[in-house]
Amino acid sequence: MEKFRYLPNVSTLKLDESLCIGCGSCTLVCPHSVFTMNEKKAHIADFDGCMECGACMNNCPVAAIDLRPGVGCAAAIIQSWFKGKVGVSCETETCC
Amino acid sequence: MATTSGPIPRIKTELDKRDRIGSLLVRLGANRNNYKVSPGLYALGRPDSESVVLVTANYKLTFDTLRKALNGLNAWLLVLDTRGVNVWCAAGKKNFSSEEVILQVKNAHLDQLVSHRKLILPQLSATGVSALKVKKGCGFEVVWGPIQAGDIKSFLAAGFQAGKAMRQVTFTLSERLVLTPVEISQTLKSLLWLIPLMFLLSGIGPDIFSLANLWQRGVPVSLAVVLGVLSGTVLTPALLPWIPFRAFSVKGALAGLLVGLGLMLFSLKTIAFLPALALILLTVTLSSYLAMNFTGCTPFTSPSGVEKEMRQAIPLQSVAACLGLILWFISAFVRTPV
Ligand code: SF4
Ligand code: SF4
Repeated sequence: MEKFRYLPNVSTLKLDESLCIGCGSCTLVCPHSVFTMNEKKAHIADFDGCMECGACMNNCPVAAIDLRPGVGCAAAIIQSWFKGKVGVSCETETCC
Repeated sequence: MATTSGPIPRIKTELDKRDRIGSLLVRLGANRNNYKVSPGLYALGRPDSESVVLVTANYKLTFDTLRKALNGLNAWLLVLDTRGVNVWCAAGKKNFSSEEVILQVKNAHLDQLVSHRKLILPQLSATGVSALKVKKGCGFEVVWGPIQAGDIKSFLAAGFQAGKAMRQVTFTLSERLVLTPVEISQTLKSLLWLIPLMFLLSGIGPDIFSLANLWQRGVPVSLAVVLGVLSGTVLTPALLPWIPFRAFSVKGALAGLLVGLGLMLFSLKTIAFLPALALILLTVTLSSYLAMNFTGCTPFTSPSGVEKEMRQAIPLQSVAACLGLILWFISAFVRTPV
């Protein structure tokens, strides 16, 4: 996946390492291997690989991870501009 | 198959002709919303109380890929009601959710059927499912399986271990191209009015409205529209990793420029500078806009990134589109052969 890179420095991903209990869930669920484990703590190894899917936040048992999840889809974002909703997912049939 | 929890349908691991034709139609965009599998528990091979339980979506293509990949295995397949949508998108929409997993586990009386307490879920469902909630809700532990169904056998053989490669999404040429028929058909549905409109507009000229103009100018401008659509929905996705720049709108514009220039080169002797410029602008803009829309199909664009890109690209695209149209209009009145 290293071949595919999107805009850098935009992700809302934040990790509070002091809260992390080192369960490793985030390394299992992240589809872009953003996290690595080091001495029983998770670290963000590839910040720009994050696509803000929210899987890590959803599965961190101690809420050490925070971000604004959503789908990176132009159609969905246009919708959210008009409807003023945050983090809409694709309700249109155009995508998945 | 009869069990302590009542009869459970057994499924084949081979796909027949009907499955194949059906999947082709789905790929082409026909009745995508009606290609569902009934939710519930299915038996694969001859599973017993020790057999693994795999959880999946009720999108027929997902279900077919999975059962084919599991050929020769004895396992339980728990199909959720994801409204006929694939795993990742359903998880994003929260239809592939912790609650749905818990509901189906209970409906199937899974706790009486198997002696272990493990569910294998596709990793990509993690955006919708919280392992913690599932454990609390039904007592089953979630094991995150690999992304690709084809990796499940080796995942099982390795004792529920997935290597880094199995955990990363891919976006290969074929994975990108399989998306394009749907993209094109959706785009055509919403842009088909554009071509007759362009033909009509092309008729307007010094003699107010002429059929000769309509034909002479309508053909190239429609060609420019069609090429813009193809460039944005097929060429850009296909060449995605090789086109420079990260913003999809820029990639699309570059591809459109290439195609537009190609068209002009082809018709160099018959077209003047002004209309040529107008047509290239139209192709580039369409291609750029449609390429930007392709972000929704990729597994790596973040919403923050797409939003940032759109805020910059949409004003430019609007200006370029208006400029193209104005030039196209003006060129009809300029005394050069079109
Ligand atoms: S939001 Fe998704 S891509 Fe980003 S770090 Fe979390 S799991 Fe990985
Ligand atoms: S999921 Fe949370 S607690 Fe577990 S390793 Fe990641 S950050 Fe740490």
